Amino acid sequence: MYISHLSLTDFRSYAQADFELGPGTTVFVGSNGVGKTNIAEAIGYLASLSSHRVSTDAPLIRFGAERALVRARVARGGQATAVELEITAGKANRARINRANPVRARDILGIVRTVLFAPEDLALVKGDPANRRRFLDDLMVALRPHHAATRGDYERVLKQRNALLKSARSGRYTAAHESTLEVWDQHLAQAGARLLRGRLDVLELLSAHLGTEYAGLTDGSKAATARYRCTVVEELDDDGGTAALPATALPPSAIPSASQDRDRQDPAGGTREAGAVRAPGLEGAGIGDLERMFLEALAAHRKKETERGITLVGPHRDELDLFLGPAPAKGYASHGETWSLALALRLASYRVLGEDDPREGAGPILILDDVFAELDADRRSRLAAVVAGAEQVIVTAAVAADVPSELGGRVLRVTPGHVSP
Amino acid sequence: MYEGAVQELIDELGRLPGVGPKSAQRIAFHILEADPEDMKRLSDAIRAVKERVKFCSICFNVSEQETCAICRDPRRDETVLCVVEESKDVMAVERTRSFRGRYHVLGGSINPIAGIGPDQLHIRELLNRLSDDRIEEIIIATDPNLEGEATATYLARMLKTIGIKVTRLASGLPVGGDLEYADEVTLGRAFEGRRSLIG
Ligand SMILES: Nc1ncnc2c1ncn2[C@@H]1O[C@H](COP(=O)(O)OP(=O)(O)OP(=O)(O)O)[C@@H](O)[C@H]1O
Ligand SMILES: [Mg+2]
Ligand SMILES: [Zn+2]
Repeated sequence: MYISHLSLTDFRSYAQADFELGPGTTVFVGSNGVGKTNIAEAIGYLASLSSHRVSTDAPLIRFGAERALVRARVARGGQATAVELEITAGKANRARINRANPVRARDILGIVRTVLFAPEDLALVKGDPANRRRFLDDLMVALRPHHAATRGDYERVLKQRNALLKSARSGRYTAAHESTLEVWDQHLAQAGARLLRGRLDVLELLSAHLGTEYAGLTDGSKAATARYRCTVVEELDDDGGTAALPATALPPSAIPSASQDRDRQDPAGGTREAGAVRAPGLEGAGIGDLERMFLEALAAHRKKETERGITLVGPHRDELDLFLGPAPAKGYASHGETWSLALALRLASYRVLGEDDPREGAGPILILDDVFAELDADRRSRLAAVVAGAEQVIVTAAVAADVPSELGGRVLRVTPGHVSP
Repeated sequence: MYEGAVQELIDELGRLPGVGPKSAQRIAFHILEADPEDMKRLSDAIRAVKERVKFCSICFNVSEQETCAICRDPRRDETVLCVVEESKDVMAVERTRSFRGRYHVLGGSINPIAGIGPDQLHIRELLNRLSDDRIEEIIIATDPNLEGEATATYLARMLKTIGIKVTRLASGLPVGGDLEYADEVTLGRAFEGRRSLIG
């Protein structure tokens, strides 16, 4: 798919900007701080209803303005859709599809699909677990927009349950607390099982691609693998955390060698069993199983949870451990390896989205915000070769020379508040 | 800021549910410019509800007498009890004409964030009513949102020990919504298709 027209009103630094885009590569060039990332952010927001830079909407609205408007015309296999999103800080955002009556913002999920690469992606490898949980959940929602509700439902139940646990803390735990807690346990386990199942589906899909993409970006000497560490089935330590196990603690079949990864590039080959991404203890579990396991875990941690006044088990505390060869990536990987692994995670999600809807013109839009400047020449051209296959690639760069020439494409100049050919 | 009385009116109106600062201002100026007789009727109506209307001592629905019109009506089926969150939900169910039993108004839903647990709701009074063994079925009609569902789960677990038939309104009600905003047809169907939680 591709965006053929983008219009920003009071979005970030733009009072009003309108420009045409086309299939292929578009490079936004301009010096630091002129507003290039703001454009990448706007397109990404249309796809995910969240920014890759900030967690609240307020900074997206131009200083002094009340609301921001992002409008796009989207072409998907010959079919055009007009989407319009109104962002108001502290209020529910509204959207319109093909100029019809306003709908909830959530209803536009799925119209635009993007995969966004940005310097912030380093946090996928180096940052705290919330970054990796968000990576999984964002992909889950991009694949199946109804999962936006799965995630929202879980968060709402969790907040209520935590409020109850907090009120029950420090010896004020009564029979009324106990009976109400059982109710919230049940609802948390139901919502949590659906969220976990959604994540497990995503992990399974990623499994076929993570190793291959990492190998494709590097010389292939180390295999990239991942392990989902679920608080529902793991032993918790005294702080309520789970212990990171080295990849070597996994059965040997779980650690594919790099050469195996190369073989798996054959698209017809069975890729699943190689399993670069595993979820020990959860494999094959259905929603009913997960709900039961969740309830058992809650029962087992009842005392600790009422002491701490917080929910200690559940997908909101899970971790996705990443490995390069036998070593955990976090704390061990070099800067370049960290970058390659972050890119591989994004590329893997690009593959997953592409496989999910393989129809002509349905593939996701790739957005590369300031990425090439961070890479050496070899990885630049490897990345360029992969992304050149996408129908639309949006690139931002302060220096045009950083963008590999094989990507070609049109250049748009960005100056504060303006975009011009 | 406006002078004294006008600003006070705007502030008071702004505290009403669903009235933002802009609407509060608009309503205040409407009141200022309106016919004094009309506005006297409005203020009389407000005073009258505050002075005369209280809650039914049996079901906690609003009532001008000790017990409400529904509880006093001998033609209502005394074997079925419909449990709702608020009095306005009683009105919503009444409009469907699908239900001929009686009500119990909880006064809200379980909501730990707002500090509301079972003890803050009329749940104990509900249990007391159930000692009357003419009641054979409880229909739980709390809102189809998280707190309403949690309240329904709580009631179902509690009533399990009593051995009474407990049903929940059928889905089809928009999730995340308010019972009072469900249209009559949808709510009516929800009554017909209620599913059994116990019994
Ligand atoms: N809400 C806002 N209202 C007005 N201006 C804003 C707002 N948010 C950000 N800006 C401005 O936008 C500019 C940053 O834009 P952006 O991040 O897109 O820059 P960039 O072109 O990507 O720069 P770099 O090359 O350094 O990454 C800053 O000058 C900032 O002051
Ligand atoms: Mg930037
Ligand atoms: Zn009554």
